[in-house]
Amino acid sequence: MKRVGVVLFPGTNCEVETLRAYQIQDRFNAELIWHNEPLPKGFDLIILPGGWSYGDTLRAGAIARFSRVMEGVVEFSKQGGLVLGICNGFQILTEAGLLPGALARNSKLRFRCETVFCKVEHCNSPFVRSLQGKIYPLPIAHGEGRFVADDKTLERLEANGQIALRYCNNRGMATPESNPNGSLRNIAGIVNREGNVFGLMPHPERRNDPLVGGTEGADLLYNWVMHL
Amino acid sequence: MKDIPIYPPNEPPVTLDIALDHGLNEEEFQKICGYLKRIPTYTELGIYSVMWSEHCSYKNSILELKKLPRNGGRLLVSAGEENAGLVKVNDSVAIAFKIESHNHPSAVEPYQGAATGVGGILRDIFTMGAKPIANLVSLRFGRPDNSRNRYLIDGVTRGIADYGNCMGVPTVAGEVTFDDAYQTNPIVNAMTVGVVENKNIISATSKGVGNWVFYIGNKTGRDGIHGATFASDELGEDANLKRPNVQVGDPFTEKLLLEAVRELSQQGLLVGLQDMGAAGLSCSTSEMSARGKCGMVIDLDLVPTRETKMTPYEIMLSESQERMLAVCTPQNAEKLKNICEKWGVLCVKIGEVVDDTNLRIYYQKQLVANIPANSLVLGGGAPQYQRNALIPQEIIQKRNEPIFPDLFPSNTECFLTLIAEPNIASKRWIFSQFDHTVIANTVKKPLEADAAVIRIDGTNIGISVKTDCNPFFVELDPYWGTAIAVAEAALNVACTGAVPCAITNCLNFGNPYKPTSFYYFKESVKGMGDACRILETPVSGGNVSFYNESTDGSILPTPTIGMLGILDELDTVIGCDAKRNSKLFLIGAETKLDLGGSTLLRLIQKRNFGKIPTIDLELHKKLLTFLEMHIKNKQILSAHDCSDGGLAICIAEMAIAGNCGVQINHHFSDRLLWFSETPSRVVISIEEKNIPIVQKTSIELGLLSIELGNCVGDRIIIEDWLNISVKECAEIFEKSLINALGEN
Repeated sequence: MKRVGVVLFPGTNCEVETLRAYQIQDRFNAELIWHNEPLPKGFDLIILPGGWSYGDTLRAGAIARFSRVMEGVVEFSKQGGLVLGICNGFQILTEAGLLPGALARNSKLRFRCETVFCKVEHCNSPFVRSLQGKIYPLPIAHGEGRFVADDKTLERLEANGQIALRYCNNRGMATPESNPNGSLRNIAGIVNREGNVFGLMPHPERRNDPLVGGTEGADLLYNWVMHL
Repeated sequence: MKDIPIYPPNEPPVTLDIALDHGLNEEEFQKICGYLKRIPTYTELGIYSVMWSEHCSYKNSILELKKLPRNGGRLLVSAGEENAGLVKVNDSVAIAFKIESHNHPSAVEPYQGAATGVGGILRDIFTMGAKPIANLVSLRFGRPDNSRNRYLIDGVTRGIADYGNCMGVPTVAGEVTFDDAYQTNPIVNAMTVGVVENKNIISATSKGVGNWVFYIGNKTGRDGIHGATFASDELGEDANLKRPNVQVGDPFTEKLLLEAVRELSQQGLLVGLQDMGAAGLSCSTSEMSARGKCGMVIDLDLVPTRETKMTPYEIMLSESQERMLAVCTPQNAEKLKNICEKWGVLCVKIGEVVDDTNLRIYYQKQLVANIPANSLVLGGGAPQYQRNALIPQEIIQKRNEPIFPDLFPSNTECFLTLIAEPNIASKRWIFSQFDHTVIANTVKKPLEADAAVIRIDGTNIGISVKTDCNPFFVELDPYWGTAIAVAEAALNVACTGAVPCAITNCLNFGNPYKPTSFYYFKESVKGMGDACRILETPVSGGNVSFYNESTDGSILPTPTIGMLGILDELDTVIGCDAKRNSKLFLIGAETKLDLGGSTLLRLIQKRNFGKIPTIDLELHKKLLTFLEMHIKNKQILSAHDCSDGGLAICIAEMAIAGNCGVQINHHFSDRLLWFSETPSRVVISIEEKNIPIVQKTSIELGLLSIELGNCVGDRIIIEDWLNISVKECAEIFEKSLINALGEN
């Protein structure tokens, strides 16, 4: 039984489907964690889910990083605990300095909700280990998802194998046309140097059910269990 | 004389002229003096003027609306009894749903106008204790190639997106129409569907003498004062000056309000709850009191304000968003405050329920308004008028104008013109800005099926929803045009496998005081009622938006129908995509040369005229039964209704949705029948082995069934006049609106 905690900030709105993804009997125990309390102990995975934490005032994720629970999340990650940030969660992770770079307004300055293809890159993180080369159709829904970083950081991410996911076409080519938001180098998801913190803009938890589009998101949700 | 309110020295004494300035007429002013047995104070006059505005009182529409079938079937409450309609799903859960307009605010301030439209309808739903699970939007603009219209389209789209997306409610379906008639006065109708456990339903009522009245949510500002009155007048030359009348939305606060209300409803802490939407505090205090046949005392000094020196008039009339009025017992007050505090929502006791039936408003310890609550509200003392209806001469002329088939170009050209027409082409550019996948219960997204399908969380039950109206038909024949709108919405929902069970409606019309304008309204309501009776989809509630006129004239009469269907077993759901190696059949009514009011006619002849198609509603009901039965038995792979643009467009849309070629061999006696918009027709994709059973039931039900051809290859081939690759056709279909908008 793995214990999964899903942090609920005011404005979080993807907690239902994120919890649902880990409500599998005998495999997971998933629960909500309130933003205004210290992080409880004993979790195998902490998820910062999608939404508009604190209304995304100033910038997406800019306020959430100061919430009480985040002190614990930072500490948890420093000790090697697994942290997954999806969409707004990814934005919070970059704001909190747990992941490099930033997520800026989409290149066309519009919110985009659609299904895109993403390819798993060579990346030594428990979240994507052994998935290299896989191509998944995944839903996106964001207005601020354009990954940006300076050249030095980008080179470092490439060299360290920290780029976990890139937007691509259905044949796995990271073309400009397949990039929905103008992210530099088509980056859709990255991990920290140690590989235990993973942030991605697409929503694997929204593609985890044959009735709702498909099940291709499952690998990204569950792969870590085999590599803990 | 403690019951006579003081007349604050800084407020003008009320005269008939001031009443007229408030949009009331002399007769109404006299009526107010009669109810009060004196001249009203300025604050009281303000309250009456918003409560008796068209928007709140339905004074010019209610006598017609009462003729609609407003109960029966799965309806749990009669239309108008609560904030929104309630439909039974099973013994434990119900669906709350409603549609509302925000046309005038969107015309002058598209972003905030549309955003607060979405915010308002969401509140109507979650005020009942329901969790909103889907939004729909029905939008009408001028043509997209003009810069002012692009500004409106862009602002409205962003407004809906920013509000709905932040709330975490998927915006799953709707419709968009472009026509010059909507140039100055666009139509923005938003619908919300929510799910509520029967035991947690909250009523919009106030009762229990001694119970406390709480103000919950955002602070009160000067925004939106007289919003309801603004909505009840035509848009004049000075429409832009009305921008300060438009409310400003704050979706984050609303999201917190939603969470707090959900918790309050689950713990059963409330006696009653009502949203402060149109007419703000005036409307919520009076309507709740009137429903519960109680009085209420309110102390305006306790109302949280965000601006200084607000007068009682301003506080009572403000339409600041994200506010609610709650009634709870003193025992539960502490729990209520704790829940609100947890979510960071303001919660202040501002009054009490009292044992008479008056609304008494205090300001700086002095009584400033004392009004019998019932005299303010619809169904109570608010006026009701029977307006005159007169058929406009021009519709008779338009209907009788002959259509000359020789004026139409070749079928190939007709098809290519239609598929590239923004009214037909893909609206993906708009819908992709709305989050339609959040909560991961969206089983059928925009463009995947004729209606959106949403799973009720934790069950295998789905709801299927769609908004629909072809205003071009309604313009030429409001009775049949509206009946067709109901029928088409029902067919859309049935095409997913759901059973249509109730409607909500948003009736967008011109000035009711003009008899030719009222004619459209009256006939339209009649047509809706008759269609709803035959199709067994009662009217659960709705909204009337009159005065959709500007200096350019009236909009097209637009009675938007919001249809709700229920799928008992979600596994049987189907989409509108052509399935490879299946057969296509046309099922339903006989295709007639129905070009009057059709998309093709408007495109080729640049005008809307002719006789619109007739519909046999009994036959239509049989078509719905046919779909229900065969989809349930998994004998139909996909289905798409045949409407705008006719059969040829219907087939192409299925091919595009399924990314599959179609080879159509059927031959019509008249080449233009391919573009006829005869209602009650659907194209289905079926496996060869199911042809006999489908044909058998068609015959039994009196429906025509015509074999059209096969789903094979990667080209759309119709007889000898169309041969285009699916990819090329999809590109035209997808790019046309984007090009028209000058986007990339």
